[in-house]
Amino acid sequence: MTHLKLLGTTALVVGLAAPAMAQEIRFMCYSDGNECEVYDDVLTRFEADNPGVDVVVDVVPYQAILENLPVQLAAGTGPDLAKVTDLGGLNEYYLDLAPYVDAGYWEDSFGGTLDWYRGGPDRQGIYGMHSQLTITGAFVNATLFEQAGVEIPGSDATWEDWAAASRAVAEATGTPFPMAIDRSGHRVAGPAISYGAALFDADGEAILVDDGFTAFVQQFVDWHNDGTIARDVWAGQGGATYQDAAQEFINGELVFYYSGSWQVGRMDEQVGDFFDWQVVGSPCGPSGACSGMPGGAGLVGFEQTEHPELVAAVIDFLAQEDIYAEVTARTRNLPGHLGVAAAGVEFEGASPAAAAALAAFASDLPDVAPAAFAYQGYAGNRAMFGITVERISQAIVGELTVAEAMERASSDLAAAMAEQ
Amino acid sequence: MLSVITPLMRIVEIPMLALQRLLGINRLAWVFLFPNLVLFGLFAFLPVILNMVYATTGGDNVLLADRPYVGARNFGFLTDCANFLDPNSCREDKFWRAVWNTTWFVTLQVGIMVGFSLLTAIILNRDIRARGFFRSVFFFPVLLSPVVVALIWKWILQREGVLNAFLDWAGIGGYNWLVDAQWAFAWSVFLSVWAHMGFYTLILLAGLQAIPRDVYEAATMDRASPWRVFRRITLPLLMPTMLVVLVLALIKGVQTFDEVYAFTGGGPGTATTFIIQYIYEEGFAGAPRLFGLAAAASLLVALVLVVLTLVQLWVNRKNVDG
Repeated sequence: MTHLKLLGTTALVVGLAAPAMAQEIRFMCYSDGNECEVYDDVLTRFEADNPGVDVVVDVVPYQAILENLPVQLAAGTGPDLAKVTDLGGLNEYYLDLAPYVDAGYWEDSFGGTLDWYRGGPDRQGIYGMHSQLTITGAFVNATLFEQAGVEIPGSDATWEDWAAASRAVAEATGTPFPMAIDRSGHRVAGPAISYGAALFDADGEAILVDDGFTAFVQQFVDWHNDGTIARDVWAGQGGATYQDAAQEFINGELVFYYSGSWQVGRMDEQVGDFFDWQVVGSPCGPSGACSGMPGGAGLVGFEQTEHPELVAAVIDFLAQEDIYAEVTARTRNLPGHLGVAAAGVEFEGASPAAAAALAAFASDLPDVAPAAFAYQGYAGNRAMFGITVERISQAIVGELTVAEAMERASSDLAAAMAEQ
Repeated sequence: MLSVITPLMRIVEIPMLALQRLLGINRLAWVFLFPNLVLFGLFAFLPVILNMVYATTGGDNVLLADRPYVGARNFGFLTDCANFLDPNSCREDKFWRAVWNTTWFVTLQVGIMVGFSLLTAIILNRDIRARGFFRSVFFFPVLLSPVVVALIWKWILQREGVLNAFLDWAGIGGYNWLVDAQWAFAWSVFLSVWAHMGFYTLILLAGLQAIPRDVYEAATMDRASPWRVFRRITLPLLMPTMLVVLVLALIKGVQTFDEVYAFTGGGPGTATTFIIQYIYEEGFAGAPRLFGLAAAASLLVALVLVVLTLVQLWVNRKNVDG
């Protein structure tokens, strides 16, 4: 009887306590460097301030964010919050944070990046916190330029100037590749805009292909054919698979590497004192623009969560200026928080080269063309990135002419938009 | 022991007899088949039916309830071609590139693989030294994961790989094998043959060992040449096994995906994109996710595989019937 009583009391206590204890939310996170590790650490403070709350950080590969997360969300089995890069594309699943946070603070702190998560003008809520702002730009091997006796082109240099200089350096130093651009539709968007690509028509509808875009693709294919650009990156893969050329740059096999600010940490760690490198931003194009592509990642909550208030509280905690500044400094990313950016960030453990590189990328932000901002926030941009990679690759390897590739890209886009 | 089992059997027997009286002896069979049918239905029939349903829907939603019915539109897209031999004239050019790549791949891979497997089986069937060791060596790649196979060969063939290092050392100079469309395709065929040859060699070896020794002894007494022995005795008696190997290799060849995907990613361009990769990319890797188009393409592949399987069944039956 005593045992029965004890069992009954325990069950009652556990039953009463359970609702207060069962506040577990799952955060699906991927890292470019150490982001998830830092979030996990910072969130222990949130957990300490909110007893009974457990924020589980599930670290996954980036591919899982791209491929598995959308399927999980569609099936209603997604996490409570996640770090995503398809900012507008997953908008239909986002939790609107506006009812739970100080909307004024958010508008003042995150400004235009809030639009990237809205997926279109019809939705005006607050859907995501831009946790790391990125911008595309070029890294150059300064040591090779010095060895070749070639002057590094200035800030107003064009793509043609850089191609000529890189070829001269590669030839003089016996470097295998003058230039490389990551195999990504996002990466070539900035150069294409600098060549005059509008990407959208006057009504704001996506068009992708126009004279400016075609002019860039023709130049890009020509540079592959004459050996200016490393074929390994774009011709060494199929489909729309991402491929970077960071390892070639780190190995000293590449003069000019067009990638983005997220590579700074890797360059800093892996190049070391092997050679001097620097960031030169985005070259200019015939249209006069010298635009990179903004981008990055952000934290979003999902509507299907059972704890919307808690999810909003976690994201709001990470959005507070002091916490955001700490995370930015520890992860060595460009801040998307206007207050943090204005105050400046002392990047933790960054070498002088890395700090200079991050400053160079930050100084390139004002040059970003409006079309680039619009493209980053466009809900269908992933489809456009994929089409760009597949069709340009076919033109590079000779399966299609540039004209055929552009025709296919236009019809692919029309088909994709019809299905979305 | 019997005294324990008998009452237990009675416990089972009583409801069974009742069921038999209720359903009749013929219908009782369904009761025994029921658990198996449920499992088979859930994991084999249901996915096939779902695939058929998805093939007739459009949009990029996963949930069927959110997908609009489009009838045979996806099949229409896939077969909308001015000239089936020219992928550029097709609406879904990537599908037809994948179809033709798969056709060429299967033709070359199966032809080369069956030929080499036969040769290897004949050699391993002879009384050579370390026969067991060589049999293991040829079978070893079959045990490897397709991704491991792909990575091994990628390390060998990439720009700074083992092969180019050797060619550089030999003064010949390296080559960027996986960036050249023709070479990437040729190496994909080679890799696939290398990875699967051991399995078919083993089947053919078993076929060779099943040929009665006395037939060869009679041929030796008649002073038949080795070539005549091979052509008149070995090949005809091995033909049933050869046909099974051929059909199995054809089916496996059409299904090629993982090892080549990990090896070349389907590139350069679409040079090594095969039909299963096309289905994967349309349905799962691209944006938007065209589940309907992918499902329609997979049904067309299934149709080809059903034909190949029927051929295999027909061959097997012919063998059994003599």
